[in-house]
Amino acid sequence: MTKAIATLLYSKEHEWVLQLDGNRVRIGISDFAQKQLGDIVFVETPEVDDEVTANESMGTIESVKAVSDLYSPVSGKVVSANEELGDAPETINEHPFEAGWLVEVEMSNPEDLESLLNEDEYQAFINGGEE
Amino acid sequence: MGIATELKQTPLFEVYGKFGAKVIDFGGWALPVQFSSILEEHEVVRTKAGLFDVSHMGEVLVEGKDAESYINYLCTNDVTKLSINQAQYTAMCYPDGGTVDDLLVYKLDNEKYLLVINAANIEKDYEWMKKYVKGDMTLINISNDVAQIAIQGPKAEEVLQKLTETDLSKIGSFKFVQHVNLDEIKDVLVSRTGYTGEDGFELYLSAPQAEALWVKLLEVGSDDGLKPCGLGARDTLRLEARLALYGQELLSDISPLEAGIGFAVKTKKESDFIGKSALSAQKEAGLKRKLVGIEVTGRGIPRHGYKVVSEGGEAIGVVTSGTQSPSLKKSIGLALIAADHAEVGTPIKVEIRNKQIDAVVVKTPFYKKG
Repeated sequence: MTKAIATLLYSKEHEWVLQLDGNRVRIGISDFAQKQLGDIVFVETPEVDDEVTANESMGTIESVKAVSDLYSPVSGKVVSANEELGDAPETINEHPFEAGWLVEVEMSNPEDLESLLNEDEYQAFINGGEE
Repeated sequence: MGIATELKQTPLFEVYGKFGAKVIDFGGWALPVQFSSILEEHEVVRTKAGLFDVSHMGEVLVEGKDAESYINYLCTNDVTKLSINQAQYTAMCYPDGGTVDDLLVYKLDNEKYLLVINAANIEKDYEWMKKYVKGDMTLINISNDVAQIAIQGPKAEEVLQKLTETDLSKIGSFKFVQHVNLDEIKDVLVSRTGYTGEDGFELYLSAPQAEALWVKLLEVGSDDGLKPCGLGARDTLRLEARLALYGQELLSDISPLEAGIGFAVKTKKESDFIGKSALSAQKEAGLKRKLVGIEVTGRGIPRHGYKVVSEGGEAIGVVTSGTQSPSLKKSIGLALIAADHAEVGTPIKVEIRNKQIDAVVVKTPFYKKG
C-alpha cells in the first residue's frame, strides 16, 4: 500500500502535483485513480518541450477495459517525461506516487496551484463519491 | 455511489461485495467487472480455473410438438441435427440477414428446448420470438428464475467433480447432463460449454440456489486456485478466443456470415428460416465485408469503434473489439473490414486519437488452449 505524501496537491481529475525546485512540478495520478482504472496497460504522456495547459488533456491512460484522458493540473512546458512507463505502465498501479510519476513541468503560471486541493480536501472530495 | 440500486441485479448480487467485486453498469445490469484484477483473473482462467456469475443471460423455454420446426425457422443453424442433451451455437436473423442475436439451443427432450440469449437482448428477442409462434407449442421467458454460473479453466472439471457423483469426464464438448445434484444443490443442468476459450462448464440452476453453489464452489476449489472472476476478464478471454459479442461483432446490420460465424448458418438446410434468402445471396455474391483479427504493431490499443484504413489511407472498416491481450502481451482486436483487405498478412492502419497506427491482419483465434 502506497502512502500519499502529505505535501501533495491534487486536481479533481485525480492528478497529484509535487512541487520540486522553483516552478518545476512533478505530476502523477492518485492511488484512488489507479484503483478506479484497474490494470493499466498503456500510457501516452506529452514529450519533453511540449506545452501543456491546465485542465486540458495532456495524454491518455488505458486500462484493460477503458481509455481515459490525462488532464494537466497546471500550464507550462514539459521538462521531463517518465520513459519507464512505456514498457512498464503497471508501475502506475504499483507505485502511483513514486516510480509511477508521469511528467515534470516547468510552470508558466504558478497560480494554477492555488486552485488545487490539499490532501484533506482531496480525501473529502473522493469520499463524496464525485467523479 | 448508489448507482447499483437502479440497475437490474442477478441472484448473486448480494455476494459480490463479500468477494471484493467492483460493480459497474453493464448494459443496465449491476455486474462485477472484476474481483481482484482483470489481468489476474484472466491468468487464473488460463492456468487454473475461474468462476463467473452469468445469471444476467436470458433463458427461454420452447415446448411442444412444433418446437423443433419453430426453432429451425427462427434460427440459422440446423436444430434437427441435435441429439437430446446436446447444445448448438446458432443465430437469429432479420429477413435482410442482419443479426437479432446469437444464442445457444439446448435440446432438453424431443419436444423441449432451452434457448440461452444475451442479457441486453432479452426483451427484444422475446418479442421477436413471440411473433413467429406457430402450431402446437409454448414459449416462456424463464430468465428471472434461472441463474447461470460458469466455471472455466483447465482445473474446472476437477473442481466441479468434487461436488457430484456424475462422471463429468463423460460429458463431451457442447454436451450436457440434466438434473445433476451438486452437493446439496439440486437439479442443475451441467453443460460443457463456455465463453473463454478454455475447457469448462456452464451451470444452470434455480435462482434461489445460486448463492449456495457459488460459495460451495469457491470453498472446494480454493486448493486448485479457483477464483471469482468478473466480466472484464470474460471479455479479454472471449476476445483472445475470437468469440463474437453481440453489440460489437454482431449487430442488426452485420450478418453472421460477415461476423465469421458462418459455421452456424446452414443455408443448405431444407426448411426455410428467417434471413435464408438474404444470407444465401450474400454467400453467392461473396462477402463485401469480413471480420478479421488484427494486431497493432505500432504504439496503441485498438478499441471498439476506431476506424480502420488501408495502407493507402482509404477508409475500409471499423474495429469491433480490441484490447491489450493479457495472454499474448500484444495489442489485438477484431475489425469488420472490406473483404479485399481481409487476407492474413495485409498491412492496415488503425486510427487511434487522430493518428494512423500500423497494424496487420492476423490469423484467429489469437489464443488456442494448449
